[in-house]
Amino acid sequence: MTADLPANDAVNDPEAARAAMRDVAQEPGVAKPDPILVADGVARRFGGLTAVDVEHVEVQRGIITALIGPNGAGKTTLFNLLTNFDTPDAGTRTFDGNVIDKVPAHKIANHGMVRTFQLTKALSKMSVLDNMMLGATNQRGEKMWRSMVPFSWKQQEAEIELEAEALLDRFNMLHMRDEFAGTLSGGQRKLLEMARALMVKPKMVMLDEPMAGVNPALTQSLLQHVVGLRDEGMTVLFVEHDMDMVQEISDWVIVMAEGAIIAEGPPGAIGSNQAVVDAYLGSHHGEPLDLDADI
Amino acid sequence: MDIGAIFENTMRGFIGEQFIFFALAAIGLNIHFGFTGLLNFGQAVFMAAGAYGLSMMVVTWGLNFWVGVFVGLVIFPFILAVILGAPTLRLRADYLAIVTIAAAEIFRIMVRSPTFDRWTGSSDGLGGFATDFYDLSPFDPSERYFFDLFIGNQMWVVLIGWIVLAMAAFACWLLIRSPWGRVVKAIREDEDAARSLGKNAYWYKMQALYIGGVFGAMGGMLRAIGTQSAQPDNFITDVTFFVWVALILGGAGKVLGPVIGAAVLYAILNFSDIVLRQGVESNNIPDSIMSGTQVGQVRFMLVGLGLVLLATFRPQGILGNKEEMALDDR
Repeated sequence: MTADLPANDAVNDPEAARAAMRDVAQEPGVAKPDPILVADGVARRFGGLTAVDVEHVEVQRGIITALIGPNGAGKTTLFNLLTNFDTPDAGTRTFDGNVIDKVPAHKIANHGMVRTFQLTKALSKMSVLDNMMLGATNQRGEKMWRSMVPFSWKQQEAEIELEAEALLDRFNMLHMRDEFAGTLSGGQRKLLEMARALMVKPKMVMLDEPMAGVNPALTQSLLQHVVGLRDEGMTVLFVEHDMDMVQEISDWVIVMAEGAIIAEGPPGAIGSNQAVVDAYLGSHHGEPLDLDADI
Repeated sequence: MDIGAIFENTMRGFIGEQFIFFALAAIGLNIHFGFTGLLNFGQAVFMAAGAYGLSMMVVTWGLNFWVGVFVGLVIFPFILAVILGAPTLRLRADYLAIVTIAAAEIFRIMVRSPTFDRWTGSSDGLGGFATDFYDLSPFDPSERYFFDLFIGNQMWVVLIGWIVLAMAAFACWLLIRSPWGRVVKAIREDEDAARSLGKNAYWYKMQALYIGGVFGAMGGMLRAIGTQSAQPDNFITDVTFFVWVALILGGAGKVLGPVIGAAVLYAILNFSDIVLRQGVESNNIPDSIMSGTQVGQVRFMLVGLGLVLLATFRPQGILGNKEEMALDDR
């Protein structure tokens, strides 16, 4: 089951991409050897609150990048800005060589970038199979007038159904194909959402908290699927709170705090980065508490 | 009690003209609400668009009947859908609800206004635009047909109405089981998910608003043809709510839900009407409880009671699926 996913080639070789990251400096906003997604000067303010103010960030092609940070750091806001689900007040975003600032959210998928959501968006009153088949792009039968002429799209529909079933099989969900997505458990919905995103045949998958609310029994299977995406040549960027997951599967970690990128580095080194420790624990830890200080 | 008359009247509600008009409008509303999740509280304005599109073309501008049919079914609903949808469909669902309920009243009050009398006939409305239609009738206007239920012209409207209704239900079925239908259902479930998968939610909602409006216009146009008049007060807000009742009764989100709902609604209305009327006439219902003139109101109370019972015991409607409905609560 690899036929309908991007084939590994020289440009998209994950091993090479990971190897290339060894020489990248561990500092915020650092340039990557082969960036697929670049954000420059992206800022988003809600009234007086600056939710995101990122000077520069690049995401390397073909690896798994984790975006972490304490609550309220602006991770999800940045995520929405990168996928055009929100419009920044300033800044430029480039995906795969194209500036995507003016591209509407629904066209981002056609560019090859697909996202999932923190609160899983399984389409409850549709079957698992329909959820999957929705993901396929350029469907002839999605045109209103043509939809009423079934023979003009039947063949494509059959092909899409085969693809959907193959993906469901890979995610061990084929036996649930005819059930309503609303009957699935939280973890199964995450799996379905990820599988559905693959129907778009993306170059890059953006996962917003893929582990949130997932039963521990399903965690390993989900992790393996994320790694599987990379091994097939896709780029993965995920937001996550679960540090175990970050350590286990990510190739590179970007840390946000208070709307800015404060550190970058490989997962093994990021935990000892002073800026990261400060962001998570507060910058005055280790110093003796000064009880007489003015507040 | 005259059992024959009761049965006849109930059947007339079950398969007659009123049922056809409202079933068509409810099929349109089902595409809006049942499948795409659009809250349209002004289906009456699309019905009025069909009625006035035809009658104004024929009476006011003297154009051919079939030109009027085209304008009423294709052009007027298109203009309406753009006016109603363009500003609201990017916003939350409630905005469309507000705008449609207002638009329906604005349209009705405008065509009723003496200012536009020479185009719309103001409160008298327009008439005499359907002769081309009745000229084609194979039925003798003085005869009764179909178990004596309908007189000639009525029979012709009912026959054409049934054909149109069957085609409309078939078209709706084709739309909904296609990939297009899958996209609009996805938009109903979660617009952002549909957008993340590359679907232009705004555009699909606009298409759904239009195509549902076309079915509404069919209902309104047939009503104008059946009564041989297009009158502003045939399109009051109550009309929209009858359409909603038919849809909810039958089951939103099922292709045949609105058809069954409209049939049952008009069967109940006609049945309670004739039973109450006969009760009053035969003095089985004393004047102290209800007079003949109050029958019309009381039957709506009964329908209201029936709806309360339905909402309590079968909220998914006649054809709906309880398990499917319960998924919302998870």
